[in-house]
Amino acid sequence: MHFLKIYILLFCTLLLFNINAQQVKKAESGTFLLKNGNLHTVTSGTFVGDLLIKDGVIADIGKSISVSEAKIIDCSGKQIYPGLIDGGCRLGLVEIDAISLTNDFNELGDFVPHMKALTAVNPNAVAIPVTRVNGITTVFAKPDGGTFPGTGALIHLFGYNPDQMSAGSERVVMRFPSTGKRGRWDRRSDDDIKKDAEKAIKKINDIWDTANNYMKMDSAARSENITLSTNNPQMLALLPIVSGKEPIFIEVNSKKDIESAIEWITEKKYKAVFTGVAEGWRVADKLAKNGIPVITGPILSVPGRDNDSYDSSYTNPSIMMKAGVKVAIRTDNAENVRNLPFNAGFAAAYEMGKEEALRAVTINTAEIFDVGDKIGSLDKGKIANLFICDGDAFETKTKIEHLFIKGWKIPLESRHTLLYDEFLDRTPGLK
Amino acid sequence: MLKYILLIIILLPKDLLSQNILVKNGTLLTVTNGVKENTDILIINGKIAKIDKNLTAPEGTRIVDANNQYVMPGIIDAHSHIALDVINEATSPVTAEVNVGDVLDPLDVAIYRALAGGVTISHAMHGSANAIGGQCETIKHRFGTTNPDDLRMQGAPRTIKFALGENPIRTHGEGSKISPNTRMGVEQIFRNAFSQAKLYMKEWDDYKKGITKTSPVYSLRNETIADILKGDIIIHCHSYRADEILMLMRVLKDFGINKICFQHVNEGFKVAPELAAFGASASVFADWWAYKFEVYYSTAYNAAILTRNGVVTSINSDSEELIRHLYHEAAKTQRYGSLTDDEALALITINPAKQLGIDTKVGSIEVGKDGDIAIFSQHPLSIYTIPQMTIVDGIVKFDIKNDEADMRIDINPNETYSSFYENQRHHESQGCMHGLEELLMEDSYAKFMRYKYSKNHSH
Repeated sequence: MHFLKIYILLFCTLLLFNINAQQVKKAESGTFLLKNGNLHTVTSGTFVGDLLIKDGVIADIGKSISVSEAKIIDCSGKQIYPGLIDGGCRLGLVEIDAISLTNDFNELGDFVPHMKALTAVNPNAVAIPVTRVNGITTVFAKPDGGTFPGTGALIHLFGYNPDQMSAGSERVVMRFPSTGKRGRWDRRSDDDIKKDAEKAIKKINDIWDTANNYMKMDSAARSENITLSTNNPQMLALLPIVSGKEPIFIEVNSKKDIESAIEWITEKKYKAVFTGVAEGWRVADKLAKNGIPVITGPILSVPGRDNDSYDSSYTNPSIMMKAGVKVAIRTDNAENVRNLPFNAGFAAAYEMGKEEALRAVTINTAEIFDVGDKIGSLDKGKIANLFICDGDAFETKTKIEHLFIKGWKIPLESRHTLLYDEFLDRTPGLK
Repeated sequence: MLKYILLIIILLPKDLLSQNILVKNGTLLTVTNGVKENTDILIINGKIAKIDKNLTAPEGTRIVDANNQYVMPGIIDAHSHIALDVINEATSPVTAEVNVGDVLDPLDVAIYRALAGGVTISHAMHGSANAIGGQCETIKHRFGTTNPDDLRMQGAPRTIKFALGENPIRTHGEGSKISPNTRMGVEQIFRNAFSQAKLYMKEWDDYKKGITKTSPVYSLRNETIADILKGDIIIHCHSYRADEILMLMRVLKDFGINKICFQHVNEGFKVAPELAAFGASASVFADWWAYKFEVYYSTAYNAAILTRNGVVTSINSDSEELIRHLYHEAAKTQRYGSLTDDEALALITINPAKQLGIDTKVGSIEVGKDGDIAIFSQHPLSIYTIPQMTIVDGIVKFDIKNDEADMRIDINPNETYSSFYENQRHHESQGCMHGLEELLMEDSYAKFMRYKYSKNHSH
């Protein structure tokens, strides 16, 4: 009998250990009714009302909703926002920057558009809970490195396999040949930089010409029901772009390069989204005239030129937005994607305004990824990605109180909160 | 006529450099003395002379209207590498003899950008390649001067950079195949250096007392380490892991040294009671983590845990990017740990001042302290605030209303040709391992480092 007690105790201890050994607690499913919250819908204004989460979607939203069976969350005096979306980062593709074996965003080769980020995203990356507890529910995890580093994936920050995480949008990334210096250590002469860029442009033109030919070959083969006896995954990856189905994501930053990229894309007639766009403010009108959407950031970055105004990176999104460019904001980070709301907050303070800055991390991003009908706002039928907080979404001191991703109620735990719980009042301490 | 010309000559420099200014009707965040609504600050000859309502100023004093604005002490960054030509003398695990004060660059535009974020003082530090690195310089952001000496903060105590963990191990063990190659090796570098310096002091003592006849060989390295042993130099030690922090405190205790500020100290929260008991202070990032293995087990609640455990804590930048918004970095402690406004503001004012030994001169709005002031459109801890004006020694060094043809001196803001730095925009460029690119450019490491320098920080 005595031994039984010990076994039970031991079993319980092991159980407890197992629970603690998990990263964070389990998410909770069910039907949730959020009552009397200040709903920032993004698409249809802000009002006090109720929101019903059922079967993973926003089942209803309105002034007053009543249902028979739902877990009720009183949101009086609270703010409800759609989940924030980061338009470009390496979250999930890197665990520890300095340890190359944990870096999965930079495959070898300059032309590897078929490398799929969705394959390498680690659903259990420690940084994922760290990020989502700040209200970020969806990110574009993208490869980075060479000219065609791969295909990025829009993912929800909850799930245990690629299918559960995928937000249904994958995009090929291309780095436009740069005429800027790579850093302070870049000692190439201006002529050399120019020559390098010209060579690189020729190279990408050759690639796209081949892709066009591949498409012709491919469609000819299809129309005659012939199977192509080639194995060319790179070219296959570019097909959706040359056929006009999907945009190419072009990373481009300095004024001159943006202008070259606009000319290039106009000639090629592909759909395009520009990313980075650090000097978009210098050519905002041209971007607007050509109807090219932009994913810019980080906003918290130093100006690209020594003689630029100290705040040029803060004001960049607002200048583009006011010129008529559709702007989304990204962090381009990995472990600190959680700073997305603060990047948006700086953009808001520096002339973009809160409303437009909120769009730049919700609906604009969703639309740029062609999933504007699924996420990016609080609308009936959309995926229930949202958070409830005690203040303005971008304000630094604001605290998130509830978080939903795909209708799952996510525990507000991460390595950072767990360490806080353990060490704020350490036992044993010294006294 | 001659009389007038003479008068102009006498008055002109004084007018140009007038250090008198009256800031009226601001909401003062004094940090040490609460919040004072609608209050004026009168700065005379660069020092705060009066703090009160409805102050009047001597004729000719510049008057700044801060109505509906927030006025706080100039922000202090206890860890930065701006205004320096070079950062790392990475040639030996011990280089106490070098001093970054010899390579100050008053033309660095990063000084102006820091001023535009309300930062008036920074601790220009040697890098973290060596266990005992070079001496550092506490500088005032007197941007506009071309004389490096003008940047030095008179009366600031001497400081020196130490470093633990991956950086000295990577540089010397992995890079040059000499000790330290482990954290055990790092400990012995310190013990050896302090023991050598003690012997050196005794040799000179013996010589001065006439016990020995031949003078010992003069060594600036040993002189400097001897000054640490005497308590004349404050140690600022780059550190991350709890075990190495405890190690250095044991070493310092053995050699009777007590002036220590741990820098970065990402795992400081794990040994907060030990830090408090030793009297060590901590200067941390608001939220940086996971960029290398020794910061993988970090928490953004670090500053809050340290503060609640009684450790004097500051938030630093170590970056020419973060230095521009330390007010925002400090505010993160309200999301991560619910610090009060005063506690959060202390992290970037009076606390770093204590860590640099300059808290009797700066770090709060008090009569007698330096006229270093930052004015914000909204509460500086709000994400929506915008810095309006920054004053150093009573002189306006940043004014948002006068930025068009602003105070950048080395480069012309209207320059038509200038380089665009593709990757300069990320916050890595002036970090702790700056200047080591070539030293570490070998084999696969080179590829990795190039990527690091193009993409990420490397502290």
